[in-house]
Parts: sequence; C-alpha cells; structure tokens
Amino acid sequence: MLVAMAASDVLTLTPAGLYCRAGDFHIDPLRAVERALITHGHSDHARAGHGAVLATAQTLGIMALRYGENFAGATQAIPYGERVTLGEVVVSLHPAGHVLGSAQILIEAQGYRVVVSGDYKRARDPTCAPFEPIRCDAFITEATFGLPVFRHPEARQEVEKLIASCRLFPDRAHLVGAYSLGKAQRVMALLRAAGWDRPIWIHGAMEKITGFYEENGVPLGQMRKVAAADRAKLAGEIVICPPSATQDIWARKFPDPVVAFASGWMRIRARARQGGVQLPLVISDHADWDELRATVEETGCCELWVTHGAEDALVHWAAQRGLQARPLNLIGYGDDDESVAEAQS
Amino acid sequence: MNRFAELLDRLAYEPSRNNKLRLLVDYFRTQPDPDRGYALAAMTGALTFAHAKPALIRTLISDRTDPVLFAMSYDYVGDLSETVALLWPAPQPPERPAGSNQPLAPTLSGIVEQLHETSKSALPLQLALWLDALDETGRWALLKLITGGLRIGVSARLAKTAVAAMGGLDPNDVEEVWHGLKPPYLDLFAWVEGREPRPVTDDPAPFRTSMLAHALDEADFATLDPAEFSAEWKWDGIRVQAVTGFDAAGASVQRLYSRTGEDMSQSFPDLLEALGAAGLGDVAIDGELLVVREGLVQSFGVLQQRLNRKSVTAKLINEYPLHIRAYDLLSENGEDLRPLPFMERRARLEALLGRLASPRLDLSPLVSFDTWEALAEARRDPSSAGAGADAQAIEGVMLKRLQSIYAPGRPKGPWWKWKRDPFNVDAVLMYAQRGHGKRSSFYSDFTFGVWREGPAGDELAPVGKAYFGFTDEELGQLDKWVRNNTINRFGPVREVNHGLVLEIAFDGLNRSTRHKSGVAMRFPRISRIRWDKPAKDADRLETLERLLRE
Repeated sequence: MLVAMAASDVLTLTPAGLYCRAGDFHIDPLRAVERALITHGHSDHARAGHGAVLATAQTLGIMALRYGENFAGATQAIPYGERVTLGEVVVSLHPAGHVLGSAQILIEAQGYRVVVSGDYKRARDPTCAPFEPIRCDAFITEATFGLPVFRHPEARQEVEKLIASCRLFPDRAHLVGAYSLGKAQRVMALLRAAGWDRPIWIHGAMEKITGFYEENGVPLGQMRKVAAADRAKLAGEIVICPPSATQDIWARKFPDPVVAFASGWMRIRARARQGGVQLPLVISDHADWDELRATVEETGCCELWVTHGAEDALVHWAAQRGLQARPLNLIGYGDDDESVAEAQS
Repeated sequence: MNRFAELLDRLAYEPSRNNKLRLLVDYFRTQPDPDRGYALAAMTGALTFAHAKPALIRTLISDRTDPVLFAMSYDYVGDLSETVALLWPAPQPPERPAGSNQPLAPTLSGIVEQLHETSKSALPLQLALWLDALDETGRWALLKLITGGLRIGVSARLAKTAVAAMGGLDPNDVEEVWHGLKPPYLDLFAWVEGREPRPVTDDPAPFRTSMLAHALDEADFATLDPAEFSAEWKWDGIRVQAVTGFDAAGASVQRLYSRTGEDMSQSFPDLLEALGAAGLGDVAIDGELLVVREGLVQSFGVLQQRLNRKSVTAKLINEYPLHIRAYDLLSENGEDLRPLPFMERRARLEALLGRLASPRLDLSPLVSFDTWEALAEARRDPSSAGAGADAQAIEGVMLKRLQSIYAPGRPKGPWWKWKRDPFNVDAVLMYAQRGHGKRSSFYSDFTFGVWREGPAGDELAPVGKAYFGFTDEELGQLDKWVRNNTINRFGPVREVNHGLVLEIAFDGLNRSTRHKSGVAMRFPRISRIRWDKPAKDADRLETLERLLRE
C-alpha cells in the first residue's frame, strides 16, 4: 500500500537543527552532532566539533582554514552531483551559488525528494558555481531577503558607483565593508570585471580566505595587505575589510575614509544610516524576493519550509499559490554573513 | 532624473558639509541646463507641487500590491516613499510596434515642467508612468521631490554656496541676486560660469541675508567687555526683514521676508499695507514680527494663531494686530548701511522711526547696563528692567558689539543671544513613536503627561511631545525601555507602562484648546531621564496651571 509522504517524514526539527532520521544526520547543525552535512562554510552554518562531516571539498577546505585541520572527527568530500547512500536515503550536493563550495542538499527517500537550499542566490557570481534548480517534492528554503522590498540591483551597477566615488574623491580612502568569506572576493572580482586594475588592499582578516579562493582557480588580480602599509597614504585606494572594521579605530588612520558596505541590507536606507555607511552597495549573496519566488516555482515543490529570514511574507505568498508552507523560525542562522549587527558593532 | 536621484542618494548619506559641497559642485558642473537649475530649485525649496499628497501615493501602491505584503513591507521600512520606491512592481515589457522608440527615463526638467501642467485627475496616471520608467533610487527621489520631503541634510544656503563655488564667488554674492531669479536659473549659472554678467535684479525690494547670533555660554563673559556692547530684548516673535521700495513705474512696493529669505508677504496683507502707508521710502528693516494688542506685546502663542492660515480673514486681522519691532536698518534710499558699525546704523534707525508715526512699527528699546551682573538681573526680571507687562513676550537678551558691521550669516563674536533659563517639569512617558530617517528604527518621539485628578483617581493628562534633548546613547536606552514596556500598539505608536519619568525643559507655556490638558509647551525637550524617580512623584497639572497664571 502506498502512503503519500510528506517533508516531515524525512526531516524533523531538533534542538540542533534539521535532522534526517532515516539517514541519521543533521544539516548545518547549530551544535556538535554525530554526523553533519554542511551546505557552506559561513560560521553560522559550519561549526566545529562534529563527529563526521560530509560537504564539498571547498567547504571542508574553508572549515579547515577557519577551525584548524582537526575541526571534525572525520570528513568526506563529495563532488557536486555524486549520490551517496546514508542509511535508508540517498543524498547529493548541488551548487547553490552562494559562496565558493556552497551546496544545496538533495535527499531522496523511496523516490520522495527533499531539497534543503542552504543559503543561495541566482545572480551571476564569477567566484562560485551557479545555482542549479532541482525538481523536488519539498523545498526547504532560506528567506533572508524574503520581503518584496528586497530586489537587488545588478551588482555591476553598484561597483560602478564605488569606482565613480573613487574618481570624485581621489583624496579619500574607500573602505568597503564586506563579509570575509565570499562577499569580499565577489567584490574584488566585480571590481576587476569593471576595469579597476589598481591593486586592491585587503584587511588581515581576509587574507587567508582570499588566498584560498585564488588557489581554487578564482583570479582576483593584484592584492596588497593593509597590515604592511601606512594607512594614511591610501588616498584614492579601495580597501576591503570586515564590516565591523569600518567602525573601528583601525579605520580612523585612513585619509577621510568613505565608508562603503556591500550587503543586501543596504537596500534599506535606515539600516545603512544606522551603520554609519556613506556609500551603501546593494550587493548580496542571498536570493532576493523575485529570486526566492522564481526558485520555489522552478523546484515544482508542493511543500515549502522556510528556515530563516523574513519567513512570514514568503509563507503568505506560497500559501496563496496553494503550496503547503510553514515557517521554521530557526534561530541561529543569519547571525554571521551580511548581518547588520556586524555593521553596527 | 537618474543623475539627480544619485546625487540625492549620496547626499543623504554623507555627513560632512565639505563633502556634500563637493558632491553638489560636481553635479552642477557636469549636468546640463535646465536640469541642474531645477535641482537647485528643489534643494532651495523653490518648487512645490500642490496635488502630490502621500494619500495619492498610497492609493497607487495599494492598487498594485498585495495588502498583506505591503503592510509587512511598510512596517519593515518605516517610510512610505521608500517602501513604494522599493515595492513598485516592474512594468510588463510593453508591446510596441516594431521601430517605435523605447520609453526613456524621464529627465528632472521634464518631470518638473510636466508636473506644473498636469491636472489633479491626470496626476495618478502620469506618476505611475514615471515610476514605471525609473529605478529604485529614481522612484525614491521622485516621490521625495513631489511630496516635498527631501530630507537630505542640504540647506538652501549650502546649495547656493555650491553654485557660488563654481565661479569662485562668495555665497553672499549669490544671496544678493537670488530674489530676482527664478528656476531654472539659467542666468545664474551663466554668471557663475563667466559666460554672462551678473544677473541684474530688478527687484525693487530685495532680501538681504540675515545676520544671526550665537548662543552665549556664561563662561564667555570673562572674555567680553560690557563697554563694547549694546543690549536689547530678545522678543519672542518671528524674525523678519521688512523691505520697501519703488518699482520701475514709481509705485511703492513692500515685502516681508523670513530670516531665511522666504517671501511671506502674502500672509500679512494688513501689515504690508501699513508699511506702505508709513511712507518709509526705500528701506530694509530687520526686526521682529509680533502681535500687539492695545500697546501690549502678546506671547508667541498668540502670534502663532495668526500664522500658517490658509486664508487671512478680516476677523483674523482684527483679532491679531501685527506689529514690527525694529532692530536694525540695512539700507536707506539706495545706501547700503551694512558696512557701518551697529551704533551708526542704530542712530539712523532711530532717526528714521522718529520721523514717522506708524502704529505698526516701532523701535526695539535698548537695555541699559554697566556690568554683566546688571544685565543678568535685567534678563532675570525684564519687567522691572523697563519691559513692564511686555515681559511675557521676551525670551532673553541680545548682545551686539557696538562696532559690529552687519555681516550676513552667523559670524562668531559680534552678536550673542542670551536666552532666559528654561522651565522644568517632571512628566511621565505615555506614548512613543518611531522617528524618521536616521531614527526610523528607534522610538524617538515621546509623548508625556502629568498627573491630574480624574473620575477614578489620578490619571495622566498628556501635555506635550519631545523628540530631542537626549544623546544617541540615551536614545538607545529609551528605545529599549519602550520596547520592553509596551502595553499597546497603534501603528507606529506604542503606549507604554506609566513607569518612566522624564524631566522636560521648555521655554514657555500657552493655553491651548487643542490639547486635552488645556496647556501647550513651547520648545519642549528632554533634559534628563529620571530612571530613579517613581512615576507617582512626577508633577501635577496644577503646577503648570500655576505657571500659566504667573
């Protein structure tokens, strides 16, 4: 006898996060567990101390860089698209387009397909593999920018604003706050694509990750370390640093710095102003409202779970389209990348 | 429009005056006429669009979006124009016959010119077409422009300073010709770019930039010599400039300007008529606009009843007889008196007013003093120092250096204002509202009340609203307190537990029929947060009523 399956037969919500009993693993667990599947290397998703970790080779590399080689009891790298059997289910990883190595996780249980998106975006990004939509029965999505006011402009346009500002204020340093994994390298790549051929100055916090991107075949042009330079002499230069550094005493030594911040939150003026940002650059590594909706439709899912972000609006929209939709209100994600707390701290 | 929108966007985030100036100069240098002229007009407040109201914008967006999603978005963003700019749905690709032109993004001048021709009924459609053609920043700028709320931290003065800087001129050079000019200011730009001579202003009664005073810190007295200063009352009315002259046909012209140069003549026809009848000739008088009833100067609260009225009725004119109390004489029969020292200008002013007997115009009397202590005593008690019953309309004293020339702007040193000490009251926080702009995520507008006896025991009577006086850090604490003590929500307003006492400083008190409590405060601000004080120990309405009687 066939019984119709539901997402809750495959995944349940535990204090550690999403758990698949049939395969006995957690996805992006919030605390240390026996076996974890990790979607990408941002620290709110990839934590140290798990028994075994299964992820893309790049995500494992990023975790080793951040937490040391022994960040987990055992690791297993699987390439995009390769199917691995875990208990009674088959899992595979597929590009999510968020940062280098980021993956969606497809779980197949007796023909029933669940996709956990992790964080993702649909906009083009030369620093990572593009998102691949996967047909599924249930789609577990993020909704960091799940409100219709969030429609990201073309990133190219935003970087042109930055370059125009450097031309208008050649006597000022331009500090670009960007999360050190992913956003920073994307901004560098965008600058290169826009024809900025001067060296790009980077803060110490992003040296290792940027080197990792280059080792993984992402060319970013000539980099210089701020640590070794006289900051007072960096007029007219572009300096990429963690968002918190722009508000730090560290930033004061630059000549009359223009504080820029590359984040989807910069769409909201009050947010930018609270962060003391003078040049908001709306560049996001998350899907915007249009991309979220388009992606949900492309998956063909009939059940939608929304893990974190602005859940209510997306659930409202999905319910109107006849989908079974529910918010998970997972606490703990989104504290890291693009977070406003960082801009304010 | 896009370049103007980018400018506004950038200016809104740039805190430094110098950098704002560079952005403005860059814009004026690189943009063509007449766009840059309309941009200048927008920033100097020379543009108004009668029909564009927030309600219209709300209707436009509600016709195009899901109400639940709109409500969530508006709540999140907190600003209507910004919400609509972000939420506006991208238009469907138009079906056009092959070969027809693609719609272009509208230009600023196109929008301004079209807006003045568009009827109220045609406006919604026109506005929607523009919103379709612009990007997010462009939509935001358009909505801010037409609803008159640019809020980009650029004063008219700064915009004119930028224009002056294009030609290496002093901003006051621009101010002097400003009142003869009209948007889009082609002659002004031609002049500053050296293509044409200075625009000839044929205005027979032009505005002259006001001279303003710095607030005096009592510590400053140590460095000031009383023998070098003259003192007079600081009247609590509206600073104005009354200018009279003759047009080309020899007809007499009178104008009344605000201290920022806004022409307010239309609101005060009775006063203008009196100025015309006074036979002043060709003069510019700096003074204070007051209501004087039967020789007695009324408080600011009374004057306020006369201001901002849509129509000026005979009843209004009779009940609120206007008066100018003269401080200074800036020009007389074509002679510019501003380079003269204050004492000489004062003598000319006294001579002029001595020749006339206008019931609507008199001289602001000097306050005699030998020492700063004597002046302090006069300030504390103006009625005993010669002001008599007019003391209720005095908000302090003004100090002017006898040798000071009339320098436009706010130079530091020649003039000082020394305001009366404020009144204080301990009130209880009742409601808080989210602020605007930089404060849109903070509860920053506070309504407070004092105790009075109600039918069921003591109750709070709201007596005012304050939104400044606190530091950024205190704002954070207040915001947190409001969030933790909310008992009711009405849109952006939260009602809170009656548990926090605020010490409110204010400059005066008026009877009010608009406020339930019957009193209205002048210039209330939060002087201290009394975390320590129990709410039941806050002041009572009787305290304020007593103050009102005094």
